Amino acid sequence: MTSAKIPAMSRRQALAFGTGAMVATAFAFRAGPALAAKPATDEAIKAFTRGKEPVKGRVKLELPEIAENGNTVPMTVSVDGPMTAESYVEEVMIVAEGNPNPGVISFHFTPSSVAEANTRIRLAETQNVIAVARMNDGSVFSDVRQVKVTIGGCGG
Amino acid sequence: MTSRRDFLQIAAATAALVPTGWIRAFAQQRLTQYDLLAFEPMGNVTLVHLTDIHAQLRPVLFREPSTNLGVGEARGQVPHVTGRAYLDLYGIPGGSPLAYALTPEDYVALARSYGRMGGLDRIATVLDAIRAERGDKVLFLDGGDTWQNSYTSMVSKGQDMVDCMALLKPDAMTGHWEFTLGTERVKEIVDGLGCPFLGQNVRDAEWNEPAFESTKMFERGGAKVAVIGQAFPYTPIANPRWMIPNWSFGIREEDVQASVDNARKEGADLVVLLSHNGFDVDRKLASRVKGIDVVLTGHTHDALPQAVKVGNTLLIASGSHGKFLTRVDLDVRDGAVKGYRSKLIPIFSDVIAPQKAMAAKIQAIRAPHEAMLSQELGRTEALLYRRGNFNGTLDDLICDALLSEREADIALSPGFRWGTTLLPGQAITHEDVYNATAITYPAAYRMPMTGARLKEVLEDVADNLFNADPYYQQGGDMVRVGGVSYAIDVARPAGSRISDLTLLRTGKPIEAGSSYTVAGWASVNEGTEGPPIWDVVASHIKAKKTVNPTPAQVTVRGA
Repeated sequence: MTSAKIPAMSRRQALAFGTGAMVATAFAFRAGPALAAKPATDEAIKAFTRGKEPVKGRVKLELPEIAENGNTVPMTVSVDGPMTAESYVEEVMIVAEGNPNPGVISFHFTPSSVAEANTRIRLAETQNVIAVARMNDGSVFSDVRQVKVTIGGCGG
Repeated sequence: MTSRRDFLQIAAATAALVPTGWIRAFAQQRLTQYDLLAFEPMGNVTLVHLTDIHAQLRPVLFREPSTNLGVGEARGQVPHVTGRAYLDLYGIPGGSPLAYALTPEDYVALARSYGRMGGLDRIATVLDAIRAERGDKVLFLDGGDTWQNSYTSMVSKGQDMVDCMALLKPDAMTGHWEFTLGTERVKEIVDGLGCPFLGQNVRDAEWNEPAFESTKMFERGGAKVAVIGQAFPYTPIANPRWMIPNWSFGIREEDVQASVDNARKEGADLVVLLSHNGFDVDRKLASRVKGIDVVLTGHTHDALPQAVKVGNTLLIASGSHGKFLTRVDLDVRDGAVKGYRSKLIPIFSDVIAPQKAMAAKIQAIRAPHEAMLSQELGRTEALLYRRGNFNGTLDDLICDALLSEREADIALSPGFRWGTTLLPGQAITHEDVYNATAITYPAAYRMPMTGARLKEVLEDVADNLFNADPYYQQGGDMVRVGGVSYAIDVARPAGSRISDLTLLRTGKPIEAGSSYTVAGWASVNEGTEGPPIWDVVASHIKAKKTVNPTPAQVTVRGA
């Protein structure tokens, strides 16, 4: 079972490709049973940040508060920075800590690309989605959003 | 013989004195159309807000809730103040017309005295009067939940409401239940609507492009007024997504801010958010988005006699079912609000004269259905109402009907906040049943469900209502249950609020692994099968002749 769902390239992604280079890869690491997801999330983040504690800020995750459809939740991630050869974001990793396999996707950027990407992700249940960005100088930043996945509403 | 109008005037004249403003005038004087409309005008812009009429063309009885809990920062704050506490908060005398209109206190007796409220023909009269007085200063805005939830709106696919609202000439509207007519019908109506249908937060699901106009700029009294529309953010979750598969919603707070900034850049002197977010969501939004002058809030059916101020933003809550209009006069100069005055105008149908043109239109719409709608199915011994966080006696009746007609262990009925009230002893007509059930996805399903799944359903809905963060709330009430009792601790986190689930038939606890037969209606899933709920309820009432519904057994903690 894969926890990543990568649709056809969106216009924003196409733009990113046009101005620089950005490569998205689906995660392949397995977390085992769902209960192991939280430690697996922490481990994945630690490996990505090379042991550093990420600072809140610079990276911004946009997700709906409540998913309309947990199977395909629109997500945008962007990083605030000049994207010059001297200072740019290398990679952004997205993890969904409540999914059976928390790894979702990773975006690789190069200087002069647009540090923004969007895709649709699959969320099994209500959970935190975390974005971690690693800059070319090794500094790391993170953002977190809770997304509620409901089983059918009675609103009105 | 004393007429009801005379009685109202006497009742109002004898009501106790209260210290402030228009409430005193209301209590001291005879209740007249003149008094209901009395307003000391101010400034150069008048907003008139109507919302959540749920397709009720005629005057109705609608009992306000006795239980309306707030959680988190909203705990104990309006609109989560009800009954006696509400009267005390606003200095409204018990037994007065306003006490009747705004609270459930002594409801039955007062309903018999003060009569029905609302009616689009009465609303037309009030609008005519405000427009005659204020001319080109007036903006009339419809907050949505206008086109659905009565019989005639259902069979005409909203056309009755569209035609009647056209006579009122709103300047803009937004929506929620409108979307349950499905994509094609909504597009068809919006194309010929005659006023903009605004929804900054509705997007094409694939390309994220705006599905509706976000903002409309008006000139009123020399001021530029921007109206931004915000449709109900969770329409595809609370209602069937399959009916509007290509539209995506959400609160989209940053986009609200962008719309406000854009409106200011284009020279707006006054920025109004015409919102169907619900009160708590709008209160949070107003505290985070900068530059909104007025939020006309809807969806959660709260009626507040005064504006609530959040920073520099005014929140106006105008009730539901046509019971009220709010008039807000604003002094707008140099791109800022220098002063305001607002009044929640109660539409007492026996006091305000119907406007002839609208009355004729409503009669023409109803004529082909009148005989069927007024046909009596039985009587009720109990007061039947729906509003309240956990139960309503009208829902108890629906659950009884589901249990007996569908031969189920457990009944589930959605926590809708719309539906009219019936007094003890009153005949129940076909129309009364439709007023509580008229939706475009009415199938009364019957299915096996494990105890674990049942608890999950209750937990899920409870979090829609009691999540401490308003942005995660959906604004309905708790799903109603029949055949089971349960306890709920509203202060606990998601997934751990519900306990003590007991099957009433056996008195034994609901077992997580056991299977139960559950009947319900208003499933948001495509392809749900079963007879329409109104047939189930009508059949039950006919069989019983006189109904006295089984009270729901919900133990509430943490409030």
